[in-house]
Amino acid sequence: MIKLKRKLAFIIIAALLLILPVAIGQWNDFWMHVIIMIGVFSILSMGLNVIIGYAGQFALGHAAFYGIGAYTAALLMIHLELSFWLVLPLSAIITAVFGFLLALPVIRLRGDYLGIVTLGFGEIIRLIFVNWVDVTRGPMGLPGISAPTIFGYTFSGKIEYYYLILILVVITYIVIHKIVHSGIGLNMLTIREDERLAEAIGIRPNKYKIVAFTIGAFFAGIAGAFWATYISYISPDTFRYLDSVNILAMVILGGSGNLAGSILGATILVVTPELLRYVSEYRMLLLGLAIVLMMIFKPKGFWGEKHRKLNFYGKPRKGGGN
Amino acid sequence: MLLQQITNGLTIGMIYALIALGYTMVYGILKIVNFAHGDIYMIGSFMGLFFLKEMQFPLYAAFIFSAIVTAILGIMIERFAYRPLRNVDRIVPLISALGVSTLLISVAQLIWGSSMHPFPTTFGSKVYSAGDVTISEIQILILILSCVLMIALQLFVKKTKIGTAMRATSMNLTNAALLGINTNRMISLAFAIGSALAAVAGIMVGIYYNAVYPTMGYMAGINAFTAAVLGGIGHIPGAMLGGVLLGLVEALSGAYISSQYKSVISFAILIIMLLIRPSGLLGKKDINKV
Repeated sequence: MIKLKRKLAFIIIAALLLILPVAIGQWNDFWMHVIIMIGVFSILSMGLNVIIGYAGQFALGHAAFYGIGAYTAALLMIHLELSFWLVLPLSAIITAVFGFLLALPVIRLRGDYLGIVTLGFGEIIRLIFVNWVDVTRGPMGLPGISAPTIFGYTFSGKIEYYYLILILVVITYIVIHKIVHSGIGLNMLTIREDERLAEAIGIRPNKYKIVAFTIGAFFAGIAGAFWATYISYISPDTFRYLDSVNILAMVILGGSGNLAGSILGATILVVTPELLRYVSEYRMLLLGLAIVLMMIFKPKGFWGEKHRKLNFYGKPRKGGGN
Repeated sequence: MLLQQITNGLTIGMIYALIALGYTMVYGILKIVNFAHGDIYMIGSFMGLFFLKEMQFPLYAAFIFSAIVTAILGIMIERFAYRPLRNVDRIVPLISALGVSTLLISVAQLIWGSSMHPFPTTFGSKVYSAGDVTISEIQILILILSCVLMIALQLFVKKTKIGTAMRATSMNLTNAALLGINTNRMISLAFAIGSALAAVAGIMVGIYYNAVYPTMGYMAGINAFTAAVLGGIGHIPGAMLGGVLLGLVEALSGAYISSQYKSVISFAILIIMLLIRPSGLLGKKDINKV
């Protein structure tokens, strides 16, 4: 019965998402843009959720991975004139390599120290974007990033981008869902709950922390590449410390340790500022207040994680679980 | 040139040291990084601007009143944003601190706008020169006042009864409470002292650079935190040493290597320090801290 309900809900949501641009896109370009932004930030926050929610590592530099993905894609497309479909996986892989390289030294740190080191990493990356003028054109940014083409057809409207980001979000969700519900995910959760215990039962914390960072960076690279081609102009302003905080807030607000929660968080934090446009100066104030109140009253977020129903072998747990 | 850079480095290093004391005192007791501390410093600077410009207070009164206001602010932040989270996972108060930081920046932007404000004082513009080194009045004030405050703090912590209670609290919160120390009051006191020192630093920087703006706390906060880590976090003389060293490194690298990558260097020091010797130059080795 519950399964049937879930399937039904799934079909309805899928149908709604598919016809959404028909309902909105015809008459409102602006809201299409907002919805596409929800998609971009959903990918970012789901990736960060692997690091924070599942592996329990407090990382504060996610905007840097996003930026690396965007700049890699932009440079590859501008200078080498590669196709977007090649650039997308390439920039994801290159960003993942950065995630891996960052993780190697920093995984020994815990908690706030890790947060500060990743914040420092993010700032260094941003300062490189700003100061390496020969390559990145500094604060002027990189304009003229070409749109993707498919079978000779070039993307021109918001609707094409909508379907592209929808596909990317779905792929991200499925891949991360598979990973976190596998043995790897279980090991990550064990490390999050108790690192010493994990070590005692033979899980190597460092290995899984590196895996988590690499996965998070990989998907940030995808979001960055999409952003570059979608907006066709990138500058260091999109990849600041505050953007990292924003992505973090999405994970926390939605509920860390739950992927659907990350999408919910991204939706809330992208849509609310647009709704509050007439009081936009209060936007950051409300964001800060929301984070503090959330931590005090509901530290698990709006849609926190459910307990796992299946054990390591994929069989139902005794006693059912929640 | 070299001597001049050393003078400038010492000046800014003293500022870092003053801010770093706030991080270090709070970390020493609660073992959390008060991410909002840089923004308390910013508020302190704006308070100085307010008392000088709107209230027409003399400079020393502006220092005192701003310090009082930020001390109260620090106590309130601890009371409302950190205390309810004391016994939960360490990530939670950290995120709450990020929220407080965002909140303070946006409040400042709402009240004062996001542009730079000049500091309305004529004090500090007088310049003395000896040989090829020039030093301004405000630099002298920074050097002297910072030293005095740090020595006073050190004496307070080492020699007075309350200071002893504070040290006991930072050694072991539970045991201190068992001995009859009101640990909550000690924590409030640490926040109050740290915030007051940050306000003093904020006003002096405001005069020194003749600029106050809502996001000024971010870089200063990072640098001060680096200073605290460099010297050994939780360790008061360490914060002073770290601040001075960082100021010198920054001034010299800015002059001789690259002024654009000046802040990269302080981030790099922070990262390398945390990776190689997280206990800092003066701190004791403690694996559990990291």
